[in-house]
Parts: sequence; structure tokens; C-alpha cells
Amino acid sequence: MSTYGISRRDVLRTLAIGAAGGSVLQVIPLQAAEVAHQAVRKEKAAAAAGKYAPKYFSAKQYETLASLCDTIIPKDEKSGGAIEAGAPEFIDLLTSENLEFQNRLGGGLMWLDSYCLDHYGKLYLETTPEQRKEVIDLIAYRKNAKANPELHQGVAFFAFLRNMTCDGFYTSKIGIEDLQYIGNVTRSEWPGCPALPE
Amino acid sequence: MAQVTRSPKTYDVCVIGSGAGGGMAAKVLTEGGLNVVMLEAGPQVYPEKDYKMMMWPYELPHRGAGVGGRASDNFSEFLAPNGAWEIEGEPYTSAPGADFQWFRSRIVGGRTNHWGRIALRFAPVDFQSKTRDGLGDDWPITYDDIAPYYDKVESYIGVFGSKENVSSAPDGVFLPPPKPRCTEILIKKACDKLNITCIPARLAILTKAHNGRLPCHYCGQCGRGCVTASNFSSSQVLIPPAMATGKLTLVTGAMAREIVVGKDGKAEAVSYIDKASKTEKRVYAKAVVVAASACESARLLLNSKSALFPDGLGNATGNVGKYLTDSVGSDGWGEIPALDKMPPHNHDGVGGMHYYVPWWKFDRKNDFPRGYHIELWGGRDMPGVGMFDGLCHDEEGYGLALKRRARQVYGTTVGFSGRGEMIPNPDTYCELDPDRVDQWGIPILRFHFKWSEYELRQAKDMQETFKSIIEMMGGTYKTKTRIDGPYPFGILPGGKIIHEVGTARMGADPKSSVLNGYCQTHDVKNVFVTDGAPLVTNPDKNPTLTIMALSWRASDYLLEEAKKGSL
Repeated sequence: MSTYGISRRDVLRTLAIGAAGGSVLQVIPLQAAEVAHQAVRKEKAAAAAGKYAPKYFSAKQYETLASLCDTIIPKDEKSGGAIEAGAPEFIDLLTSENLEFQNRLGGGLMWLDSYCLDHYGKLYLETTPEQRKEVIDLIAYRKNAKANPELHQGVAFFAFLRNMTCDGFYTSKIGIEDLQYIGNVTRSEWPGCPALPE
Repeated sequence: MAQVTRSPKTYDVCVIGSGAGGGMAAKVLTEGGLNVVMLEAGPQVYPEKDYKMMMWPYELPHRGAGVGGRASDNFSEFLAPNGAWEIEGEPYTSAPGADFQWFRSRIVGGRTNHWGRIALRFAPVDFQSKTRDGLGDDWPITYDDIAPYYDKVESYIGVFGSKENVSSAPDGVFLPPPKPRCTEILIKKACDKLNITCIPARLAILTKAHNGRLPCHYCGQCGRGCVTASNFSSSQVLIPPAMATGKLTLVTGAMAREIVVGKDGKAEAVSYIDKASKTEKRVYAKAVVVAASACESARLLLNSKSALFPDGLGNATGNVGKYLTDSVGSDGWGEIPALDKMPPHNHDGVGGMHYYVPWWKFDRKNDFPRGYHIELWGGRDMPGVGMFDGLCHDEEGYGLALKRRARQVYGTTVGFSGRGEMIPNPDTYCELDPDRVDQWGIPILRFHFKWSEYELRQAKDMQETFKSIIEMMGGTYKTKTRIDGPYPFGILPGGKIIHEVGTARMGADPKSSVLNGYCQTHDVKNVFVTDGAPLVTNPDKNPTLTIMALSWRASDYLLEEAKKGSL
């Protein structure tokens, strides 16, 4: 492996000298740092291959979660949606580590199924697209809970899931490209602002 | 008494803490020829391994949110390591009605690994505030005493900025400032129309190679820590030269418990808990420099009780822990349609603002004392966890409409953080909690904190200013604050700005202060305190540069006294 004319072994040796000497004043050349980061990235990418097995949600709940994520951020002509962006995995991982999230999201999914059973006689995933739209349109806005207190918990659940879905989507490669963020690169000069619009 | 492991030798100086104050003391003292042992409560830091520079959120399974999402409360998983509002096993408490937040970093370099690098000099008037308006106290030193040390610190660490002749914000020794970002150009235009001073910021980031360190590569991620040491941290810029002298012994995982005073009334050793073995150890030194962070230093002094000093070291007149202040903080943001028309572009720049607003109303009559500065943010930042919480809350909904709105709003927001001066008050201090200890058996701190009307009026003025700038930019001010409740005008809880200082303040009169003008305790002349604790006032300038200048000055004095044999 050779990038910028510097091998992985050179990089590791530089890093080792830095650590052992207790000195980073004798700084690591920037390109060496970049090579090290790229190596880490490749290892992580290799480990990430393969299908995700939910850590917290049951298979059925995870399917519902994924469906809701897709509803919150669907794919369109410009980019993929929350599922492609890995939002359900991200949410499942965090939820598996946080009791409060388990109550809010695990409990929220149960609430949604109970609500659908009460109103449509079916679980959320088994309802028709029209019925799903009906219930999501209700829990997506605070004002509906004001009119109908039965919806309070559902609105709170959906608001929490919406934030987390956005987090999952906009921290993904797809989401970052969707926003056309340009950066996270090393530059030798800071050119300032391109021409401002009048 | 249980067996205590004693250090085999007596060092010249024991420095407690490795952050801005401790790192500077270690550098100056070792370069001056003294043998120094440094105690750091956390582990060593390895920038090339520990810093997450240039990583994308999706390269981490938690995307920056951290395990269980908890890093979101501590700025982000990307933050330079080991800084947190809560540390397991090392609690602190707040008295009823006080909600003090205490951010600690247990690691070599302390909070300088992640800090905002804002490096502002205090102004001449800041040292004589009481003379000016009757509030608080004057310092025992003047700007002229500290100015040469500001010069030295800036020259050594590297600070960018520009000569502006603003009397509230003295010019320093500066590297060239970076050009403004698009957002900052628009803010400055609006400020010019409103007669608000907006000038290049002053940050401890290198825009040119400096003292063997590479210049900034403009990734905008200083808070993650910089692998190339192109910004200042104690761990990369102060500890290495101290190490290079061969005279610094760094002991990590060492939680200082007590400064031991001998029969002659002088400090002779420091007892600490070796975290790895959970045993108490003792290191002997001829002098002690306490730089564990303002509140942690107060805690150590209060815990250093002896027959001679039953209420703690330096606390003969009961001033340790008193005069605690943090900066007044209130934030606001708005949407600027003009930015919507900007083509996508690299907005990263340095890790922090390129422009800022120094205190500009110093020659007017205001309805609050002292002043504040404004930090600028916003624009096309790297997306991250929480970025669209505001949009989701304000606009709700879902689906393609939400996605399009996020796309449209991204990059069009600008924000302001007002950071102002709090006047010390008798309801704000820290003390030992009478009931509780941490997992090392060391009594913990209990905080008392209260904002006064002075600070609330300042926060109100901040909110009005932010709104006026956003509206002058043709934008919509989005922040909503209440005039009542615990946090009127968006004032943040005490401690949140992480500028807590003043808990062992210096002063000419030992009855009302802990230290003299050289950061030396009035009670025990071989004990010095060189972090934020000595600060008499907490003006609208982030304290780190002043901490380093005071520490350098105190260390020069310590060296001289040691040479004279008068410690």
C-alpha cells in the first residue's frame, strides 16, 4: 500500500516513535495521519459487511421501526432513504444501550400497534397504506394531541423517532451527500468565501 | 495509619494537574532547571489514536452520539477524549435550587484537548473593575504586570488575530487571521450597519507553521483534538518540551487527595490515590503548584486539613471556594434566506469562528454592569447528530416534505453565543459536601449557584442584539426565550460555559483572598495555585490565555524564590 509515497509501515513506525518518545511536538506528517485514518476506515468497512441483526428490537418490531424510518425519510429522485442510510441499525444500537430509549421507542412501537388494533383491528404493519397514513398524520403533529389527548403518547413517540431518524440519516454518507456538505478534507490554504450572491 | 507508599526522592516541585495552568508551570519550571513531578488524575493521551480527526460520523457505529446516545450530552463522541459533565464514581452535588454543571476532563492536557481555543486578553479595566463601578474587587496586579506574559504566551503557543485598537479587547502578538466565511461576511455587514464592532477572532490555532508545528489544514474540527498539533493543547504544546528537559516525571491515574503540611507550616508532600492499584501514595516536594481546575483545586485545598490549618490549606480566612463565577451565556440563531442562494462550498475553516464581536458598548450607559462578547457560528457545517432537532420540533411532519425542508434549511442558519461577565455574589460558591465522598474516599464538592439581576439583564441584552443582527441580515430569528422560569432570556445554568473561576482568588488583603499577586497562598508560601482559581474577575474573555499568563508569571516567581532559597 502506498499513498503519497509513504507506506503503511512508515506510518505505523512514525506513530510508534511519537508515542514512545512521549512527544508529539515532533508531529506526525499530515499525510501519515491520513493514511492511518484510511487504514482504520477500511477495517471498519470490512467489519460492517453482512446483514444487520437487531440487538434490541424483536424481528417484528424492527420491521415496524424500519417502515417508520422509511416513512419519515423516504428515498426520492435525489437520494436514498433512511433504510439505505442505516438509520434503523443506528437506532437499534443506541436503544439496546439505553433504558430510556427502550421505554420511549420499544414502548412507542407497542403503543402504535395497540392503537391500530383498537382502531383498525390490525397491527400497524398489517394496516392498509391509507390507514397508515391516517395514523401517522395524527401522531406527526402536536396540535392533534391537543384536540385528542388519546394521542399524546403517540405524538411524543413519533417526535422522538423523527429526531433519531434524522440523526441516522444525516450522519450517513447518503444523508451527508444529500445536503451537499463539502469538506472534511485537508487544505493548505483557506480561500475564504466564494462570491456571495447579491 | 495504613502503610503509605512514599516517593523515593524529594522533587523540587509537585504540579497537580496537566491542563493549561499545570502544563505551563511544568514547562517553565523544568526549563528553569527544577525537578518536577506532575500528578494527573486521568490517563496519558495519544493523539494519533485517541483523536477522531477527519473521521465521518458513519465511520462510528454510534455516529457521534456515543454509547446509548449519551455523548450527545457531552458535545459529541467526536470531542477530544475524557471530558464529561458526569464522571462515574466521581460525583458532585448542587445545593437545593442550584443547578451547577461541572465539566471535567480526566486526561493529560485536561480540557485543553477539546477547548474552543478562543484566546482573548483581559483589558486593563478588567483588573480594576471595582474602582470603575464599585462591584466585586480589584486585582492586586495590573494589566502592565501581566502584559509581558500575554506576549510570551501568544508568541509561544501561536494565536491568530488582527490589530484593531478596541479598548475592551487589547491586541496581542498575532499570526495572520483566516479570511471570513460567507456567514461571517453577512454578519459583519449587518453589524456594520448596526454599529456593532465585528472583527477577526483570536484563536490559538496556527495559520502559519510555528515553533516546529504544522499550520492548520482547515478541517474545522479542533474540538476533536488535532493530530498535527496545529492548535494549542497542553498535552501537545506544553508537556512535550517539559518532558524534553528530562526533568519532568508524569504520574497518570493519580488523584490528589491532600497536600500534607509539615510541622514547620510548609507543604512537604502530596498524598494521592493511585487509581490503578486503589492505594494511597505520597510524593515529596519542596513546593506544590495546584492546577487541577478552579473547583477541583478548591476541593483539594479544603480537603488538606491539618492541625495548623483545620479548615483547609489557604483557608484560614474562609475564602477558598468563594467568589465562584462562570461566564454569562445565552445563545440564539436564525435563518438567513440570502444563504439559500449560496452554491455548496467548503465552509469548514478552522475549528471555530473566524470573526467575532468583542464587547462594543463599553463607552455607553447600559442597564447592567460590565459586558459580553459574541461568538459566531452556523453555515454549512459537517452534518451531525442533533442538527435537525430544531427543524423537527418547529415544523414537525415527515416524508418528502421534511426531507426537502432539511435540504433547503441546511447551511442557511447562523447563530450567536453571548459570553459575558458575572459579578461574584455571596450565594455562589462551592464547599465540601458534608456527607459524601467519591469512589476514592475523597470528600466531594457541593455547589451553590445563583444568577443575579445583573446577569439576567445582560442575557436580555444579548437576545435583543442577536435578534437585531438576524433581522438586519433579512433573516428570521428562531430562538424563543421566556422572561420567567429558572432560565430567563435563555441564560444557561451556571458552569455550562466551562469558565468556572475565582475559587481561590488573589488579593492584596489576606482577609478577603487566598493568594497574593503571584498565585502564592498567603498562608503557606510554598504552595501556589495556577489555574482559573486565582482570577479576581471573570470578564467577557475566555479565561485560558490569562490562566497561562498567570501561571507563567507565578512559575518565574517560584523559580526566583527557589534560587534565593526563600520557599
